[in-house]
Amino acid sequence: MTPDMTVIITGILVAVSCGLIGLFLILRQNAMLGDAISHSILPGLVLAFLITGSRNVLPMFIGAGVVGVLTAFITETISKTERVYKDAALGIVFTTLFAIGVILVSIFTGEIDLDQECVLYGEITYVHWDRLIMFGLDIGPRAPVILAAILIIDILFIFLFFKQLKITSFDPQFADSLMISSKKWHYILMIFVSMTVVASFESVGAILVIAMLILPGATSFLLTTKLLPMLLLSALFGTLSALGGYYCASLLDTSISSSIAVFGGIIFFIIFLIKSVVRTN
Amino acid sequence: MELWDLTIRFFSMADANVRYVIFGSMLLGGAAGGLGTFAFLQRRSLVGDTVAHAALPGVAIAFLLTGEKNLLIILSGALFTSWIGVVLVNYIISRSKLKLDTALGIVLSVFFGIGIVLLSIIQKSGSGSQSGLDKFLFGQAAAISKNDVILLAIVGTALLAIMTSLYPKFKIIVFDPLFASASGLKTNFLQFLLSTLIVISVIIGLQAVGVVLMAALLFTPAAAARQWTDNLSKMIMLASVFGAASGILGAYISFLAPKFPTGPWIVIVVSFIFVTSILFAPKRGVISKMRLHLNNQRKTNREHILKALYKSGQKLNDWSKTYSISEIANFWSFAESKLKYGIRQLTRQGMMESINGRYKLTDIGISEGARVLRLHRLWELYLSKYLELPEDHLHRDAEDMEHIITPEIEARLVKLLDNPQYDPHNQEIPYTDGKVKS
Amino acid sequence: MEAPIEVHDLTVAYRKKPVLWNIDFELPESKIIGLIGPNGAGKSTLIKAIMGLLPTVSGFVKIYGKPIKDARKRVAYVPQRESVDWDFPTSAFDVVLMGRYGNLSLFQRPTKADKEIAYESLKKVGMEEYADRQISQLSGGQQQRIFLARSLTQNADVYLMDEPFVGVDASTEKAIISLLKELKDRGKTVVVVHHDLHTVREYFDWVLLLNMRLVKIGPTKEIFTDENLKLTYGGKLNLLSEMAEKVGEHR
Repeated sequence: MTPDMTVIITGILVAVSCGLIGLFLILRQNAMLGDAISHSILPGLVLAFLITGSRNVLPMFIGAGVVGVLTAFITETISKTERVYKDAALGIVFTTLFAIGVILVSIFTGEIDLDQECVLYGEITYVHWDRLIMFGLDIGPRAPVILAAILIIDILFIFLFFKQLKITSFDPQFADSLMISSKKWHYILMIFVSMTVVASFESVGAILVIAMLILPGATSFLLTTKLLPMLLLSALFGTLSALGGYYCASLLDTSISSSIAVFGGIIFFIIFLIKSVVRTN
Repeated sequence: MELWDLTIRFFSMADANVRYVIFGSMLLGGAAGGLGTFAFLQRRSLVGDTVAHAALPGVAIAFLLTGEKNLLIILSGALFTSWIGVVLVNYIISRSKLKLDTALGIVLSVFFGIGIVLLSIIQKSGSGSQSGLDKFLFGQAAAISKNDVILLAIVGTALLAIMTSLYPKFKIIVFDPLFASASGLKTNFLQFLLSTLIVISVIIGLQAVGVVLMAALLFTPAAAARQWTDNLSKMIMLASVFGAASGILGAYISFLAPKFPTGPWIVIVVSFIFVTSILFAPKRGVISKMRLHLNNQRKTNREHILKALYKSGQKLNDWSKTYSISEIANFWSFAESKLKYGIRQLTRQGMMESINGRYKLTDIGISEGARVLRLHRLWELYLSKYLELPEDHLHRDAEDMEHIITPEIEARLVKLLDNPQYDPHNQEIPYTDGKVKS
Repeated sequence: MEAPIEVHDLTVAYRKKPVLWNIDFELPESKIIGLIGPNGAGKSTLIKAIMGLLPTVSGFVKIYGKPIKDARKRVAYVPQRESVDWDFPTSAFDVVLMGRYGNLSLFQRPTKADKEIAYESLKKVGMEEYADRQISQLSGGQQQRIFLARSLTQNADVYLMDEPFVGVDASTEKAIISLLKELKDRGKTVVVVHHDLHTVREYFDWVLLLNMRLVKIGPTKEIFTDENLKLTYGGKLNLLSEMAEKVGEHR
C-alpha cells in the first residue's frame, strides 16, 4: 500500500465510523455532545500516555471511554443542581477538560507525540509510517488498523442493538416503560462515541472528528426520512468527504483533515441549497 | 527571576506593557461575562462556541487580503465570518428539519476547517509576519499591545454603553419574548442587536483567549454568577467581575510562563470560580444546602424531644416531673446519641433544665412543645377536613409537617379551620395562651 | 380479586419539593377513569410514577397485587404526543411495532407474528393505509392514533394515557373514545389524563380529582360535582402548594 493510499483509507475510515455513530447523536438532538466529547477526551488520552508511558491501545480506549462517560455524567449532575442549563453545563465541562488537556500537552510536549496544533488538526499525512507493532509483528499502519477495528465494532453495535438505539432515541419515556432503559443506552452510546472519537482523534485531530460526527448524518437527514437509508447515506457522504477532501488538500497543499471537514461542509450546503430550491418551486 | 518578583512586577503595573495586558484582559473578560449572561439565559450558550470558531476564517482572510497583522482589520474579518456563521445557523434551522444543536455543529466544524485550511496556506506561503496568527487558536494575552488596548477600550466601552442603555428592553426579550412583541417592541431588531453585541464581545476576546476556548468566557461567568443571585442586573455585574478577574489572572499566569497559551489558563481560572460558586454560594451552594439539611435534621430531633416531654407532662397535667435519659429514650425510641445531643442543645437554648442528671422542660420548653403538638394536630385536622383522608393516614404526614409549618401558615390554618379545639382523633389541640402552667 | 391499580401512600418529589403527596387509592376493573386536575396538579407525574418511571419518596404501587417491575407487561403507557420529535426518521408502522419491543430479548428482532399484531392494531385505529407513511407527514390526530395503536400491540390489561385528546380533530376524538369503550368492554382498565371538563361526564365511568393530593375519587355521577371541582380547582388547597415549597426548602 502506498503512503497516499493509507492516508485516504484512514480518512474514509474516520469519516464512516464517525458518520454512523454521529447520526444517533443528531437524532437525539445531542449533536453538540459529540463536539464536547471530541474535546474532553484530550486529558484522558494524555493521562493514558503519561501513566503507561506508551501508546498502547487498551489504556487509550479505557481513558477515552471513562472521560466520555464522565463528560455526559458531570453535565447531567451540574444541570441537576439547578440554575445551570444543560447547554451551559455541557460547555463548562468540555472547555474545562479541554483546557486541562491542552495545558498537559504544553507541559509534557517532549514526552508525548502530541502538540497543540496536532490536537486540533492532527497529522494524517504521516499515518503510513506510524506502525502498529503487536507481539513483535508489524501489523500495519497503526491508525487505519485501529480505525478498521473500531468501524467493525461500531457496525456490529448498531446492527445488534438497532431496536434499542432506535426506540430510546425516538421515545425515551416509552422505552423506559418497556424496561429498555433510555439512560443506560445513552451512556452505552457515549462509550461507543468516545471510542470512535479517540481512535480518530490521534491521527486526524479534533476538528475532523467533530465535522464527521455531524456533517454526514446531517446531510443524509436532509435526503431521507427512513433510518436505514439514512445510515447508508451517512457512510456514503463520509466516504465522499474523505476522497474529495484529500484531493482538494493535495491540490492546495494544505491540511488534509481540515480539507475533509470543509469538503463535507460543501456537500452539505450543496444538498441543502438544492433541497431548498426544490421545496420553494 | 523569582516568582515573587514577577508577581510584584505584574500587579504593580510598573511596566507599561503589563498595564496594557491587564487592562485589556480585564475589559474583554468583563464584556464577555456581562453579555454572555444574556446568551446563557436564552439557553444559547453554545452559540458562542460556534461564533468563536467561525471567526477563524475571517482572521485568516483579513490577513491574506492585507498582508499585515493589524488588529482592527483582523477583528473586522473575524466579525464578518462570525456573523455569516450566525446567519447560517438560523437559516439552516428555518429551512430544514435540523435542530439548533446540529446546525451549530455544522457551522462550527466547517468554518473552523476553512480557517485551518487558510492558516496552513498562509504558513506555507511563508510570509514573514504570519507567525502570530496561530496564536488566535489558543490565545496569547501577552500579545496585547498599546494600540490593541485602545481598540479594546473603545469597543468595550461602546458595548457596555449600549448594553446599559438598552438593558430594560433586553431583559424583556430574554424573559418573555412573546410579551415583548405584544407590547410593540421591535423584538427582531433587538434580538439582532443583542446577538451582534455578543458576537463582538467574543471577537475582542479572541486575541487573548483564542477561538477554541473563548466561548467559556461567555457562559461560565454567567453560570457562576447565577449561583449567587436571582437579580438580573446583579448577575450581569457579577458575571462581568468574574470574567474580568479570569482575564487578569489568566494574563498573570501567561506572564509567568510566556511559552504557554493563555486561553486554557483563563478557562481553568473561570471554571475554578464556577466550581467555587456551586460549592460555596450562600443558600443554593452545595455546602450551605448540606448545612441547612443538617440543621433541619437537628431541629426535627429537638422538636421531637420537646413534643415527647410535653405529651408526657400533659397526661399528668404537670410538667415538673424530671426524667432520666433512658426514660426519655423510651418515649420515642430515640437513638441515644441523637437524644443526648438534642438535650444538650435544648439545655443551652433554655428549653430544658437538668436537675441531678435528670431533665425537665422549662416554661419556654413547654410552650415550644405545645406548639409542635399543636401544629401536628392542626395539620391532621386540615388533611382530614379538606382532603377527607382516613384517620390512619394522618399521623405520618403531620409528623413531617409539624417541623415545617411557619407561623404565617399556622395562623392561616387556625383561621381556615375556625379556631379548632380538637383534632380528628378527638384530642385537644394545645394553645399556648392560658393553657400552660408550670 | 386484586385491583388493577393500587396506589398506597405515594409521595413523589421533584428537586425535593413534593409534587404528589400521600396519594392513596385503588382503581376498579373494566372502567374508563378520567384523571382530572389543574395545571401542575401532578397528573402526568402520577401516571409516570405508576409506571415506575420516577423515583418515589415513599409509598408503593401495585398492579394486580404485584409490584410494577413484575407486572410491566400488563400495563401500557401512552406518553404525551408532544414528548417526542415527530421529525424522527421512521414510519407509522415502525412506531406501532415498537410496542412489541418489550417482549423481545436483547438481540431478538420483531418476528412475523409481532408484525401481524402491529398491523392489526393499525387497522383498529383506522390507519392501515398509512402504514408506510413517514410520521412527520401525519396530522396531529393521526399521530395520536399511532401512539394508541402502539399501546394496543402490548396487549395489556391496564392502559395509562397522558392527554390523548390534546390537539386531535373531532373524528379522532370519537374514534379514540369508542376504542377505549371497546377496551373497557374487554375488561381492561383505562386511565386517561384529561383537560376538557365538558366531556368528562360523557367519557368517564370514574374520575380521580387530583391537586397534588388526591382530592376525590369515585364514580363520575357521585364525584364530578361543582363542589368537588371547586375544591380541586379553587383556592382552598393553596395552602398545600405553599407547604410543598416549604418542604422543598426544608429538605
